[in-house]
Amino acid sequence: MRVVLQLLLVVLASPLLLGVINKTKALMAGRVGPPVLQSYRDIAKLLRKGSVISETTTWVFLLGPAVALVVPLLASLMLPLAGTEAPIAFTGDLIVFVYLFALARFCTTAAALDTGSAFEGMGAARELTFAALAEPALFFGFLALARVSGGLSLTSFMTMDGGHWRRASAAMVLVIASWFIVLLVENSRVPFDDPNTHLELTMIHEVMVLDHSGPAFGMILWGAAMKLFVYGALIVGVILPASGSVLVDLSAILGGVLVVGVAIGLVESGMARLRLVRVPQLLITASLVAGFAVVLVLR
Amino acid sequence: MSAQLVLLGSILCIASGGLAILPGKSFIRTTPVMIITGAIAGLAGCWIGLTSATTTLVLPWMIPGGEFRITVDALSAFFAAPAFLMAGAGGLYAERYWPADRRRAAWVRGFFGLLTGSLVIVMVAGHTILFLAAWEIVTISAFFLVGTEHEAPESRNAAWLYLAASHVAMLALFAMIAILHALTHTWAFDALPAGLASLPIGRVIFALAIFGFGIKAGLMPFHVWLPGAHAAAPTHVSAMMSGVVIKMGVYGLVRTLSLFDEIPYSFGTTLLVLGIVSSILGVAFALAQHDLKRLLAYHSIENIGIIVCGLGIGFLAEAHGSARVAALAFAGALLHVWNHGLFKALLFLSAGSAIHATHTREIDRMGGLTRRMPWTALAFLTGAIAICGLPPLNGFVSEWLIYVSAFTAVTAREADWSWLLVFAVPPALALTGALALACFVKAFGAVFLGAPRAAAAAAAHESPLGMRAAMMPLAAACFGIGLAPTLLGPMLERVTALIAPGLPGCDLAGSLQGVQTSAITVAVVAAVAFGFVTLLSRKRRTGPTWDCGYAAAVPRAQYTASSLARSITGVFAWAMPAVVHAPAKLPLFPREASFESHVPDTVLDRALLPALRFSERLISYARYAQSARVQFYILSLGVTLVVLLFWSAL
Repeated sequence: MRVVLQLLLVVLASPLLLGVINKTKALMAGRVGPPVLQSYRDIAKLLRKGSVISETTTWVFLLGPAVALVVPLLASLMLPLAGTEAPIAFTGDLIVFVYLFALARFCTTAAALDTGSAFEGMGAARELTFAALAEPALFFGFLALARVSGGLSLTSFMTMDGGHWRRASAAMVLVIASWFIVLLVENSRVPFDDPNTHLELTMIHEVMVLDHSGPAFGMILWGAAMKLFVYGALIVGVILPASGSVLVDLSAILGGVLVVGVAIGLVESGMARLRLVRVPQLLITASLVAGFAVVLVLR
Repeated sequence: MSAQLVLLGSILCIASGGLAILPGKSFIRTTPVMIITGAIAGLAGCWIGLTSATTTLVLPWMIPGGEFRITVDALSAFFAAPAFLMAGAGGLYAERYWPADRRRAAWVRGFFGLLTGSLVIVMVAGHTILFLAAWEIVTISAFFLVGTEHEAPESRNAAWLYLAASHVAMLALFAMIAILHALTHTWAFDALPAGLASLPIGRVIFALAIFGFGIKAGLMPFHVWLPGAHAAAPTHVSAMMSGVVIKMGVYGLVRTLSLFDEIPYSFGTTLLVLGIVSSILGVAFALAQHDLKRLLAYHSIENIGIIVCGLGIGFLAEAHGSARVAALAFAGALLHVWNHGLFKALLFLSAGSAIHATHTREIDRMGGLTRRMPWTALAFLTGAIAICGLPPLNGFVSEWLIYVSAFTAVTAREADWSWLLVFAVPPALALTGALALACFVKAFGAVFLGAPRAAAAAAAHESPLGMRAAMMPLAAACFGIGLAPTLLGPMLERVTALIAPGLPGCDLAGSLQGVQTSAITVAVVAAVAFGFVTLLSRKRRTGPTWDCGYAAAVPRAQYTASSLARSITGVFAWAMPAVVHAPAKLPLFPREASFESHVPDTVLDRALLPALRFSERLISYARYAQSARVQFYILSLGVTLVVLLFWSAL
């Protein structure tokens, strides 16, 4: 039952998150903006369309969207989104969580290279570089949380009783700041990538999927939305203590993720994309910030 | 029984090599049959050795002080098993090698048989002289195999470098074994006196072991011989060297350290430092390569680094008394030995098949091979996903074990300064994993995806059945270990018990249950989703790559492998500066221009070779004494004699 509720939450609420971000950005810019539910319409329309596929491509080209769609779903099964128990929870599941997204990265970048387009190769190169530099930040965060919670699973990180804010508030703040940067880079948001631009040379995620169309593109959009949702849920779950009641937790996660969406929208309204040479510096900073968190909890 | 079977397998492998060099066409045809028979016999022996008690076989041997003692315990059998698997696969793979050149065909088959046969003896030798002698045969046969294409200066240089480095290592090992003999008064691998590790002599043994076995294993910074040798050797030999031969260094290290009754913190810390350096820099150098086999060779350094990280955590935990951490770390390191043997051999064989079809090792002169060589592409993709440590394949399982051991150590409340370095392992492994992923996306993408970048790549054909069949058991094993790791739990516990005697067991199968469940789920769900998206996209039209409407795209305009890696290698430029040949200034309308860059091995080309050249110059002054005049030599003899007489009279 909880499994179904959780999956439904991720599948159904994730396009809403995109809507919230876009609405925030529109309001900040003084526009009306697209309706909050626009992403649902886009995905539904794409799924019904036919597709144009490049002659250069092979089956690898379709493997990308397929894996990008299911990986966030599978990863979400390791988060306790409803209540205090995740559908899949075991010692070391956090490593599976990270490596699942790595699998998706392998498949999407390979699909981008399958087209033989220089633009898409460029996007793939950036995606691979930035993700590699973001990975240590994620793991420093895990180390800090493992020390704070005393457990080795995402469930134990996300169901702390709130005492962690008293015991290790500084470390928690650092981890969350670092992870928010990781969330932005992993999901190709400003200041790393601008999902709105369609100038090929500045894009990362958008440029990798230039050649995908129809249902495959719909699955990519949906998968990306779910990935953003799952990362948001991870951060919200670590911040908020778990109550144990299914409905309370579900709505807390949903509300929290939407707040994260507003935060992303505010960041995107308030700052421009970084120059590419600056991006590695920011990512190394994120790793160092999380590294400091580890130092704080060493005692 | 296990010792007899392993010995039989080894003899059959050597005999297959002997058969190949006999004159006549029919003998060379039987080589693969014989080596596969030997591999099956040997694998059966390893299986018995892994599941039942230690067996010993002593045969008469004429060497003074030597004894032909074969001891198969779980540790030996564990390390010998991949050797037999690779012997069989390699024998099958190389069946079509050099059909026209009879001499070279015999050369490769002869030394390959000798290499595999003696390789196994190293791992099951129960006597240190036999151990060293067998290892010497391995070195020499590998030297001849690396130099198979000896008309190319590159091959000759690689072979000589390999021989020199191996003998430097051998020297250290001679010294180490002499010390061991002096301390234990036996030539067997026997437990050392208690409390030895904290004495200076214990540290000397450890330093010699790290140096000697480190060179053999290709641990950074002792890896200088490895990239060249792996690149120059015939493909199945590269697979054997990378998958199995370098693991003998790990075996030797583990065997030596298992002789100590207690391990000080400094041993584990040293291993961890070397492991972390090897894994991160190994993969960074791999990213900078444009030769497919050199790229794979640098990944061997990376994976040896991961294995040594696991061993380092294990020995630190043993020193600390954390049984569970040690068990997980040792199991992870050991399993990675197998896994790396499997996926790296698979990668070498499939890469060799692509090289065979395109007649080049340059990644940027391949491309689009998935359409032309679907089976090879599938095999390479399997190996690539496995080596990146991604679920649901085998590489993930062993890396997971090492991660969890580090995390378990970190959550221990009483973490103290002595093993603070364990904190560095998860981020370092994560960085390594992500860089390896980038490197294999680069390799797979540039070789197998996109449009062919050269005429030879466009004309490529799938390789013959024998070559493809050789990859199948390796790929199947990658899937098998990835999807059902719990089956290996009991076996890994047995081997771990030999490395660290006295540690209480840990339920590995139980710990791996979650990994197994998630791996199976991922595999099934991804397959279903792939079927689903293929079904949804059946309403399709095809056209040229859209490329934002750029209609005149040519294959040469594709993003090259070097460009793909450029953004990452730039971050590591401090450790591996590139050599760039670019025109300094182009005229306004340049007619032609060329650009070439490569990343030399920092340790070999920027430190070791200059240092050797310098010492050669110093030593050359000694040549003044070498005047080639008999009178001068007699004079110096006389002077020396007089000096010695005076000295003894004092």
